[in-house]
Order: sequence, then C-alpha cells, then structure tokens
Amino acid sequence: MAQGIWIVAEQREGELRKISFELVSEARRLADTLGQPVTALLLGSNIKEKAAELGKYGADKVIVADDERLATYTTDAYASVVSQLVQAGEPAILLLGASVQGKDLSGRLAARLGVGVAQDCVDFKVENGNLVAKRPIYAGKAYATVTYKNSVPQIATARPNVFQMNEPDESKSAEVVDGQFSLDDSELKTKVAEVVQEAGGKVDLTEAERIVSGGRGMKGPEHFTVLEALADAIEATVGASRSAVDAGWRPHGDQVGQTGKVVSPNLYIACGISGAIQHLAGMGTSKVIVAINKDPDAPIFQKADYGVVGDLFEVVPALTEAIRKMT
Amino acid sequence: MNILVCLKQVPDTETQIRIAPGSKSIVTDNIKWVMNPYDEYAVEEALRIRDKFGGEVTIIGVGPQRVTEAIRTALAMGADKGILVDDPALVGTDSLGIAKVLAAVIKGLEYDIVFCGKQGVDDDYGVVGSNVAELLNIPQVSVVVKLEVSDDASRIKAHKEVEGGTYVVEASLPALITAQKGLNEPRYASLPGIMKAKKKPLDVKTLADLGIDAGEVGEGGAKIQVVELTPPAERASGKLVEGETPEEKAANLASLLREEAKAI
Repeated sequence: MAQGIWIVAEQREGELRKISFELVSEARRLADTLGQPVTALLLGSNIKEKAAELGKYGADKVIVADDERLATYTTDAYASVVSQLVQAGEPAILLLGASVQGKDLSGRLAARLGVGVAQDCVDFKVENGNLVAKRPIYAGKAYATVTYKNSVPQIATARPNVFQMNEPDESKSAEVVDGQFSLDDSELKTKVAEVVQEAGGKVDLTEAERIVSGGRGMKGPEHFTVLEALADAIEATVGASRSAVDAGWRPHGDQVGQTGKVVSPNLYIACGISGAIQHLAGMGTSKVIVAINKDPDAPIFQKADYGVVGDLFEVVPALTEAIRKMT
Repeated sequence: MNILVCLKQVPDTETQIRIAPGSKSIVTDNIKWVMNPYDEYAVEEALRIRDKFGGEVTIIGVGPQRVTEAIRTALAMGADKGILVDDPALVGTDSLGIAKVLAAVIKGLEYDIVFCGKQGVDDDYGVVGSNVAELLNIPQVSVVVKLEVSDDASRIKAHKEVEGGTYVVEASLPALITAQKGLNEPRYASLPGIMKAKKKPLDVKTLADLGIDAGEVGEGGAKIQVVELTPPAERASGKLVEGETPEEKAANLASLLREEAKAI
C-alpha cells in the first residue's frame, strides 16, 4: 500500500528555495499525525550537498536526482524523473510548491499518473489516512475544501509564504540516496535557451515578506519612487493595483489581484488603492494590512488592520523617514 | 497554421461570490458570465499568428449552452470557427476530466499550436493546460508573456514568467501555450465582427460524438471531490491611526507596526 509523504524540493541556480523548507516542514507535521516518513526529492545538477539542509527541517530521506539536464527546470525532464521516482516509491501524498515550477509540473504529473491535484493550497490535514486540502477559489473570494478519489499519490501544491517553516535542527539528518531514473534526450522537447533575471534581484511578489502597493491614487508612474523609497527602508517588494497596471504605470508582473498575483506577505501596505473586489481578493490573506488613502470611505479600509486617512504623498515619505530613524 | 484555443466561461471578476445552500457550489443567479480573462490573451495571440502565417483559429469550449456566448465573442474578435462540447453528464467534471474532453476534441483536428489561458479565474486550478499537453503528448510552455514563432512556422520561442525573472523556452511545434496577462492587448469585438460571428460555424458535440464514456467525467469520474465551500475568514476590524499631521500619523503607524504588529 502506498505510504509516506513526499515533497518535490525546488532549487534555482543550485540554491534551495524557501518553499522547499516550507514543504518539508508541513510534510513533517502531516507525517507525524500519520506516523509515516517524509521523503524529499531533490532534482538538479551537482546538487547532492544541499540534501542535508532538507534533513534539518524534517525530511527523513532525500532522494537526489543529479543530472546536468536537471540543472534548470523544464517540464519534460522534471515530469519524467519525478514520475519515475514516484512510481517506484509509491508515496500516498506528493506535495509541491504552488510556484511557477510546481504549478506547471503538478498538472503534467497528475495527467501522466491519472490522479487529482489540488492547486495552491493554504491548509492541509489528514483524515483516515487521506489528504484534505483547503484552497482559495475566485482568487480568495471563497475557499474550497477538497479530497481525492482513486488518486495514488494525492498531489497538492502549497502556496508560498503560508506554511510555517520549522526551526532547522542541526542534530537531525536525512538519509541521502541516489534516485534511479533514466532520461532520454528524445523526451526533452523544450529547452531553456536563456534565463533573464529581473534587475536589482527583486523578491517576487508571491514570495515577498513585505509588499508596498500603489493604485490609481499614485497619479502617474513617476510617483512610484515614493513607494520604492518606503520599500527600500523595510525591504519590501513594490506591487500595484490593476488600474495602475492597466494605465501602463507598472509592468503586468507587478499586479496584485484576481487577474494578477495572489499574495500573502507578512505586511501589505496599500497606498492610494481604493480596494476593488478583485484587489481585495488578491491580498486578503496578508497577515498585516495597512491602508493609506485620502478617501475615508474607500473599501480597502474594511480589510485594513491599520488605516491612515491622508494624502499618501505626505504620509508615505513621512513613514519612510520615521522607519529610517527607528532602526 | 491551425491554431486552437481552449476557452472557458467564468463569472465576471466584479462578481461577489456567494455560497449556495449545501455548501458545494456558488449561487449563480444574476452572474454575468464572460470569457475567462486569460483566454482573451490566448485568443488575441492566436489571431495575430494566424494573420501573419495564414490558417485558421478554432475555439473549443466545454460546458452548458451559455458557453456559446463566450465562443461567439471569440468569433467576433476574429476566430474562424467554434466547437462546444455540451453534455448533461459533464456536470461536476474536474480539471483532468475537462482536459480529457478537450484532448479528445483536439485529437480529431489538425493543429500546430494549442492555446489555453494560464488558469480559469473561477476555480483557479490552472492545470487544464498542462493536463491537455500531457494527454496529447506535446510540449507545453506555461505563463507565457511573449511568444515568437519562427519564420518557417516550425518552432517557437516563448518567454515564460518565473519568480524574479523570465525563462526563454524553445520548443518545436506542435506545442501548447498557456497565456499570461502581458502577452498582448486583446482587441475588442467590432460591430461588423459581431455580425459576422453569427454566421460562423459553431459545432456542438456530445460525449458520445467524441467516444468518451460518461463515467470518465462528471462527479463520478472526478479525482478531486469538493467537500465544502466556505467564505473567507472575517478579518478583525482594524484601527484608524490617529494624528494631527501626516508626520504624526506616520510616526504612530511606524511604532504600531514595530511594537504591536511586529511587522517591521
């Protein structure tokens, strides 16, 4: 019978991504209620030395798939290797990150294995040995709790920044083994020709601890420097509402909301954003929400933990200044 | 080139979502149904490629009769023909089941590129595209923000959005692309376009036409089962930050964020 919880760790340029530790930590909690082991799959090139880190967060075993063709994620290579390892090891549950990679890979795997996948989950529990997953729908306007039928493994992806990371325990170590797989070049139909890093090494909105967002109240692209200064002071990523993006003030990748990114940072500061329903859906799971807006009746204040009624062009620079003085 | 676009009809993003009694579905009264926003980018890109290389754009939808409205919208934008799979047995079908239906339609057609939106803005699964690509055994590139087709129409170079950057992915055709916002600016349907769309072919097929057993789809065939839908947790009501001047408010906010919220 299938048993055990497996996670697919994620690396970029040979460095483990934070979601990998979030996945191992959550898998550990679920596995403890089941009394089953946690296994992490680590795919990459010359990646084996990173396996030990996963052990410190709670993995009992790490299966390493080391191949230069796995250095950078491609659907073809990763789906082939992960499906081979899963078919050989038969886990009951397989968790991936709800990252660009994890969303892409989970869909391909689910169709290959003929099983269900619950995407972008924010809560897991195990009932009678089966995974019960909770996930936002309509970008968070509602939540669906789902279970699986005829699915081995039960596949789910976990939203970044939601699941608590365990404290790394230096005394813990995982058994590290080499995964057995075959990979034929004829399977590899896509090739990553180029990797373009965003300038300034900005943290992606979906992974950011803090976000400072601007909306229509910013009045133009040139004023976003005000938000960038605040973002700089608190190590935040700058986001935008749909109206700011559709006006051409900010790139599409900066949009927070139903047709943009759904985010859950520790701190979300909304500046000059009235709070259209699509925007509120996209940032409603942020832990602390601050709204700065001239209009006291703006819907954003209904969601805010801290509201400041005022002109953002006065309040935001003063806030930046106040925070810089605090350090 | 033969270009296919898989299209979904979803509630407009302005919609307030209410959960229906029984907690398994949403209240659909008075919902304004629209083409899934990400599918608009898919349709637009398909039209641009057809206009450059020649060929046909075929729109494929799965769902009840109302989905013809979304397909007609795509035809009014300029697509050539539509196919709707409508069958009572489809109620309750999950992503993989929908993908099986789409793949069955596609297997009966000639195609070079298949487009999907990166996800439906209703259920937010975002897996139908990769499910379909796997069932067709063709390469996929998801969340694409820029697409180039080689002059001989045999290869693509797709710019795929990843966290903190972009991957430029090359693949040979046929391939499946999922469209992300930013790929293009979708056109609006013109009035003559709307008139013409009324005369364009729109075939309706049943599961039997596609040779799909009803047991593979619907609630019975679904691998994912909805236990319940719930509204989002209410947030505790917030605080209005006091202060006589903007500076005072800012200083108070900064200390609340530091001392109380421990967020900075």
